[in-house]
Amino acid sequence: MAHYNLPTPVSEEDIRKLRINDTVTLQNTLFGIRDATQIHMFDHGRKTRFDLNGHAVIHTAPNVRKVPVNSEFPAGYQPICIGTTTSDRMERFTKPLMTQNGVRMIVGKGGMREGSSQAFQELGGVYLAIIGGTAALETTWIEQIEDVDMDDLNPESLWRFKIKDFGPLLVAMDSHGGSIYQEVKGDVARNKDAVLKSLGIHS
Amino acid sequence: MQLQMNLVEEACKELYIRALKILPDDIKAGIDQLDKSETDKRAQVVLKTMITNISVAEREDNLLCQDTGLPIYNVKIGSNVQFDGMALKAAIRKGCERATKEYPLRSSVVHPITRKNNHTSCGIDMPAIHIDFCDDVESVEIEMVPKGSGSENNSFLKMAIPADGISGVKAFVIESVVSAGGKTCPPTIVGVGIGGTSDQCVAMAKRAATRALGSTCSDEEGAKLERELSAAVNKLGIGPQGLGGDGTAFAVHVELAHTHITLNPVAVNMQCHSARRARATITPSGVNFGF
Repeated sequence: MAHYNLPTPVSEEDIRKLRINDTVTLQNTLFGIRDATQIHMFDHGRKTRFDLNGHAVIHTAPNVRKVPVNSEFPAGYQPICIGTTTSDRMERFTKPLMTQNGVRMIVGKGGMREGSSQAFQELGGVYLAIIGGTAALETTWIEQIEDVDMDDLNPESLWRFKIKDFGPLLVAMDSHGGSIYQEVKGDVARNKDAVLKSLGIHS
Repeated sequence: MQLQMNLVEEACKELYIRALKILPDDIKAGIDQLDKSETDKRAQVVLKTMITNISVAEREDNLLCQDTGLPIYNVKIGSNVQFDGMALKAAIRKGCERATKEYPLRSSVVHPITRKNNHTSCGIDMPAIHIDFCDDVESVEIEMVPKGSGSENNSFLKMAIPADGISGVKAFVIESVVSAGGKTCPPTIVGVGIGGTSDQCVAMAKRAATRALGSTCSDEEGAKLERELSAAVNKLGIGPQGLGGDGTAFAVHVELAHTHITLNPVAVNMQCHSARRARATITPSGVNFGF
């Protein structure tokens, strides 16, 4: 259970070191992405001008305020509240995100499934769990919205955040097939039988 | 009392912003209580982070969660209040729209087919407005619930049959909570509707999910079932955020309605750990805000 301070972008080697239950704090850059962003990228073939190679994406659609462009707000957006949405809905995009854009880290909440786990193992990636619903805290880790692509999809645009000490995040799925969600799922399945029995239900 | 629509509009605007920023006391107490009794180390860290977030939101005067949700307004009108129903609905909608544009809040509302976002949190039949009446009262109570999608996406209805009995109902609740796992941002309030018609059953589950912690079902059988299911759910081991642990749910809340002899409907709706709601009471002397 080690802790890693990771400036982005990262190499495959950096990622392969991480094991479930380790914690990570990210530095530099984080890209915000969500359902509509990925539907447009992978179902409608829309390309992004951002280089996501070796980077981390976070499942988010932020609350922002449109402001004049200046050095403090280079994208013309002031962050209000930035937090993390449920990753499960975006399961089918993990592999294309990694193969087509070189993404290595997904920050999200609620976990992802077998397809993502396979992609992490084959291509060298991890899922970093953040605590969902704690956006006020998360917002304090974001220094600036540096840039935005697919602005027309607001709030589900592709956001480039400048971050400082973003975390600690929990390595919940690693590149060696480890998944805390799979472990918990197994425990819950076992507990469920006992719970049903205690309610007088025999399956 | 003649209901002044400008007061309703202002209150509805304020309620949306307040609900997103200030967590009700019963929910704060609920998180503290789960934190004290949690035995799993990782879950303890998760609960502590949730507690930190509540204080950061207060300190920074920021929203607790980025998900502004689907806006729901529950209105209870006293019988000694005169009002124009259409004007009331328009004032609620205007307040919701103004909160979104003026704060500004992220609009989480899109057209269901084109997925186009008007950036107003409003659209066809949105915000959701539910109006009810109470006897011999000269006040209007408006409750605002921003319903986040993580929890709302895990809503379930089963038209069980009488032969399934109450066992079928219980099994469905357990199945629903297991299937939701960490996606609903647990610890949750598990709202269960039992009986009525299919539409009533889902509405009851939602009402149960947004009921204050510590409240109980007004029906004795329902209250008994709440206790039994609350204990059962917290033995599943899903834990806060679905990362394992004891604190899967603050409570299971049940709402009931009589049903048809051949029906046995059960619905489940959940409220996440940031179980936000805010309430305003409009009386002849003005507007009071609370939970």
